[in-house]
Amino acid sequence: MPERTLEELAESFALFSDWEERYRYLIDLGARLPPMDDALKVEEHLVRGCTSKVWLVPSIQNGVFHFMADSDAQIVRGLVYLLMVAFQDKPVDYVRTYDIRGAFERLGLHQHLSPNRRNGFFAMVEKIRALAGAV
Amino acid sequence: MAKAVAPKSVRTIADLRADFPTLAGKMSGKPVAYLDTGASAQKPQAVIDAMKDVMESHYANIHRGLYEFSQTTTTEYEAVRAKVAGFIGAGSENEVIFTRNTTEAINLVAHSWGRRVLERGDDVIITEMEHHANIVPWQLVCGMTGAKLKVVPVNDDGTLNIAAFEHMVTEKTKIVSFVHISNSLGTINPAKKIVEICKAKNPNVTVLIDGSQSAVHGPVNVQDLGCDFFAFTGHKLYGPTGVGVLWAKAEILEQMPPYQGGGDMIEQVTFAKTTFKEAPAKFEAGTPAIVEVIGLGAAIDYVQGIGMDVIAAHEKSLFEYAMKELAAIPGLTYYGTGPDKAGIISFRADWGHPSDIGMILDQCGVAVRTGHHCCQPLMQRFGVEATVRASLGLYSDENDIDALVDGLHKARSLLG
Repeated sequence: MPERTLEELAESFALFSDWEERYRYLIDLGARLPPMDDALKVEEHLVRGCTSKVWLVPSIQNGVFHFMADSDAQIVRGLVYLLMVAFQDKPVDYVRTYDIRGAFERLGLHQHLSPNRRNGFFAMVEKIRALAGAV
Repeated sequence: MAKAVAPKSVRTIADLRADFPTLAGKMSGKPVAYLDTGASAQKPQAVIDAMKDVMESHYANIHRGLYEFSQTTTTEYEAVRAKVAGFIGAGSENEVIFTRNTTEAINLVAHSWGRRVLERGDDVIITEMEHHANIVPWQLVCGMTGAKLKVVPVNDDGTLNIAAFEHMVTEKTKIVSFVHISNSLGTINPAKKIVEICKAKNPNVTVLIDGSQSAVHGPVNVQDLGCDFFAFTGHKLYGPTGVGVLWAKAEILEQMPPYQGGGDMIEQVTFAKTTFKEAPAKFEAGTPAIVEVIGLGAAIDYVQGIGMDVIAAHEKSLFEYAMKELAAIPGLTYYGTGPDKAGIISFRADWGHPSDIGMILDQCGVAVRTGHHCCQPLMQRFGVEATVRASLGLYSDENDIDALVDGLHKARSLLG
């Protein structure tokens, strides 16, 4: 998985002059997401979202958070990649306290974390935070 | 390139757009191309002003106060009932019940009329293209009464299999409930013909028409349609949220028991027994959405000022323009390709997920709906989970369509 941090990625995003470049880059990042076994893309791993499908298989071992995730939509897959950068194999305490909203704001992607019942990605972030013990 | 007909010769489409403050705004930093009127319409200044006016000048609760504010507000509120009656061709304003929205109107019929007439072994007939609001209330009531829910199928072109009504309506059928214009396909159903078929087969059947998309699209006359119930909502008719309408024939309303109890609907209450007012009061428990009802009145004045036939003609010609322009985008599959269509365009692209397309269009300032449109069974029938839906309103113009087409080109270059 990626070594970079969201802060480094924010620097790359800041170089883009318009949304098209930002979204093109996000779609490219999504294409780099480690493939998720199709056998895991089942109903019980679906995060409820209205428009796109998001699958999430999280686990916590020895206080470390690990997850597999994917989406059938390209932009959401890019957002999932960003979550991997932020949270993959990080201590649960870190996941719980990390200001993911602030990080997405710096990326200029905060609208994807708006509390919207149609927003499967938002539901996924909420689920991860809940697993990590955030209220 | 065919030009869409502007509503009324005296008022150009640009004039009409100027009536809607939000349309001058920006979305994602771009001029907004609002193509989600099928979900909810923008509001003209006249509606905003009417609501502001009642709250600023003479607001009070209705039906109760003997003082001037209350009487003025009551008069304005009740005047809307007559306005609605005129708007849909009802025989009497007493047949007009204010609800929260179409959903509540259908629930009212299901829980009041449905529970009164349905018995074990009876049938309720709906169609495969219904909104969840015209499926779930009937499932609930069928569960309570032991009646069976039957579903008229949809053809591949998104039209209804009309012949199925003929087969499915029997002496066991008590209620038929169907959508006038499909919110996800744009199909205009031959409502009058369907009512005729159902009533010819069983004269005792009562028919509800979900007019959420039809009351806003063109002229509606409930008596001509021959139905027993007609439901629509204010917020799709350029009016406020929180107010909808159920129209029902007077003789049916008389037989219907109250759905909710409370203030304003009773004649006399003792702990032993309560007697109820006549319809419509019987069905309007509690303080209603006073300001919103008055706003709905202003919305009806507004659309009637333009002319519902003019609005229908405008949307039709703009729909044709849109279909022609969209032909430039490769790989689109349309859902709802029947001959009689309202200004609703539902599609998928073989190069991108509806969610991705919706997000990219948002960046282009184009508002469309992506998802199942609260019609999951219909989506299942077409084997898809979601579509992109662009829907037109009286203020939609060629610039909106051009922005959609440009946005789709962009989406294809990013996603394809």
